[in-house]
This record gives sequence, structure tokens and C-alpha cells, in this order.
Amino acid sequence: MEHIELFFKSIFIDNMIFATFLGMCSYLAVSKKVSTAVGLGAAVIFVLAVTVPVNWLLDQYLLKDGALVWLGEEYADYNLGFLSFILFIATIATMVQLVEIVVEKFSPSLYNSLGIFLPLIAVNCAILGGSLFMQSRDIPTLGLALNYGISSGIGWFLAILAIAAIREKIRYSNVPAPLRGLGITFIITGLMAIGFMSFGGMLTGGDEKKPAQETKAADINTEQIQKENTKEAAAAVSVSEVSTLTKQ
Amino acid sequence: MGLLSKKDSKLILDPLADNNPITIQVLGICSALAITAQLKASIVMALSVMVVLAVGNVVISLLRNVIPGKIRIIAQLIIVAALVIIVDQVLKAFAYELSKQLSVFIGLIITNCIIMGRFEAFALANKPWRSFLDGIGNAAGYGLILIIVGFFRELLGSGTLLGFKVLGDPIAKTGLYAFGYENNGFMLLSPMALIVIGIIIWVQRSRNKELIEEH
Repeated sequence: MEHIELFFKSIFIDNMIFATFLGMCSYLAVSKKVSTAVGLGAAVIFVLAVTVPVNWLLDQYLLKDGALVWLGEEYADYNLGFLSFILFIATIATMVQLVEIVVEKFSPSLYNSLGIFLPLIAVNCAILGGSLFMQSRDIPTLGLALNYGISSGIGWFLAILAIAAIREKIRYSNVPAPLRGLGITFIITGLMAIGFMSFGGMLTGGDEKKPAQETKAADINTEQIQKENTKEAAAAVSVSEVSTLTKQ
Repeated sequence: MGLLSKKDSKLILDPLADNNPITIQVLGICSALAITAQLKASIVMALSVMVVLAVGNVVISLLRNVIPGKIRIIAQLIIVAALVIIVDQVLKAFAYELSKQLSVFIGLIITNCIIMGRFEAFALANKPWRSFLDGIGNAAGYGLILIIVGFFRELLGSGTLLGFKVLGDPIAKTGLYAFGYENNGFMLLSPMALIVIGIIIWVQRSRNKELIEEH
């Protein structure tokens, strides 16, 4: 259940582009054509799915307050949190390089379609942002970290796909000259972000109560409502019967 | 500009308007938008980027003949990351509330495209003093946009500037509020930052026709 919740939350509600504006540089630079946008989007999903779990492991076993306790009792007091930026970015740079080599070796066709974008991704804010948000939101398990990486990548992919399609169409419309290109893209992105804010209502209230109690309460509620409904229905039936009887 | 030669002062003044990093070069938008709901946060962010960019440009420029071309991206990332850690620790020590509010966006200065863009485009090919000026100039151009956006969003959104109630008190109905003025809460939401920047681009490009794009 929490997997599904996190999945939809990171795609729609905390969308990388529309809620936190991460990876805007490549979002604006590579969204002129749908085909290149798809290539970059796929590469971002891929790299996020690899780097977020790796950085989660680093955070759990190296960086957190007292994370070094697995080395021995005397290491329990260390807090290496201040090193997280440098460690995360080093992981990302090396993982991107590694992914590039592996993809080139095992899937040349995928490599050709992603090729140019893979090195670019090392300095995409969305990738580092994914790891930093994973750290600041205290994602509890490795599975959830993987889920978070993939789903926020999908959110980014959807955003760049949508804007690329819109920009291909907007060529044919008569935009005021000073707004052409960058200006109108900013404004469209703003309007899309306002649209995406409406997804915020999807998961309201889920944060406060525990799911088990909630479902029980919900069951009881529905049972009560059903009972009441049946009573009312029965009452209505009897009333109608009475009325038909009296008419007759 | 008696202190600087004409060429040097151009390095600082150009990015402020006609070669602005955000509105013309399209760099560094990533971390710029989410923190501009308040003027104070925008100013702190602009200053942090200025420190990182100026010092980083000098370091890269000093090392430009030592760094092998193939691994320069990783070398650059490590230098920026070290500088950003220093800025982050300083902010945590002296302005804790603000650093909580900026949350991950200080860390994201590392991948701010302005930094890498200027390293690649300028510092790797120029002497330290010129690189320093270029860093100051570009960070100032970035900061200018951030401060303009922060100014309008805070003024129209919550009626304050740097936390001072410049338009009067909304609850006591003094100042402008006495005439029925209301805060536009919409300005505080993040999408409005994009639209404000879109409007800045519009104004800038209608004043300088050379900047207009084809499509």
C-alpha cells in the first residue's frame, strides 16, 4: 500500500518539474522535439533508479548520525552527514559513467538512443535532487528508495514529454514576438504546474492516520451506512406500499 | 569603473542584462524558482551562489592546466561540492532557520547549471582575475533575477518585504488594506515564479529586439 502511495505521490503530487523545479535546465534545453525528449526522459528514469538506492545505502550505512555503528560500538558517535553532498555527487558521476559503459556493452541500440544524454545527466539537478530529497524525507527501506527513484523519474519523463509535444505544436501559433521560445515555455510550464497542483487532493488525510485503523473505521462506516440505507429503503418501500394501499 | 579596464567591467556588466544567465543563457533555473517566495531567501541564495561561483571560477582557472580533459567534469564537481559544503555549514551555523527553509536547494547549487556552464565556458580558458570577475558578474545577473522575482512574490503574495509589513496590517485593516486591498495568495505558490520569470523575459525582449528568438 505504501508503495502505491509513494509511487503516485512522486509522479503527480511531488512531480520533479512542476512541484520542485528540478532539472529545469535540460528540461528547457532538450524539449524542442519529442524524440529527443523521450531519449532524455528514459535516461533520467534509468539513472534515478540506479543512483537513489545506491545513495540510500550510503546514507544508511555511512552518513547518518550513528550509522557507523555496524563497524563497532566505538563508532556510534560519528555523524558524517556534512559529507553527503560530495559523496552523493561522486556516486552519481561514477554511476553515470558505469551505466554508460554497461549499456554500451550489452545494449548498443539503447546506447545509441541514450548516448548523447547519459554524460549530460551527471549534472542534471533532478538526479542529485532525487538523492537529497530521499535523504531529507527519511525514506525507510531500500525497496521504497528504488520505488522513489523510478517514480520520480517517470514524473520527470511525463513532464518533458508533455512540454515537448506542446512546443512542437506551438510553432504554428502566433505568439507575441518577445515571448517566442523561452518566454512562452516558462508561462506554459507555470500553467501546467498549476494544473498539476490539483493532484494534491489525491492523497489527502492519508498522512495522519494509520491505514489499518482507517480501513476498520471505513468498514464500520460503510456497514453503518449500508444498514441505514437498507432501513431507509425498507421504510421507503413500506411507505410506498402503504401509500399504494391507501390509494387502492 | 576606474579600477577595472573596459574589458573587465564588460565581464561584470554584460551578464546583468544582455547576457543574463537565467533569461538569455537559460542556466541555473533549477534551484532558482522554488525559493523565491520570500525576498530574504532569494538574497541568501544569490549570495551563496556568488561565493561558490567566484571562488570556484578562481580555483578552476588556477588548475586549468593541471586537470586532464577527460576527467574534468568529476574534478569540477568535487571542487564545487567542497565549496557548497562550506557554504552549507556556514549557513547552518549562523542562519539555521533560513538553512532549514532552503533545505535541499543549497545542496543543489552543486548541479546548478550556471556553475558548470561558467567553468566550462570561461574559467577553463582564462586567467584567475578575469575568471573571478566573470563569476561575480554571472552570479550578480542570476541574483538580480532572483531578487526581482522574490520582491514581487513577497510584496504581492504576503504584503511584506524582508518580513516588514510595507502595505499595512491585513488583520487590523490599516494602510492599503483599509481600502479593501487583499493579498494575492496565489503568488506564494511555486508556479507563479515561472510566470513571473516569463513576464521578465517578455519585458526584456520587447525592450531589446535583438534577443527575440525565431521559435
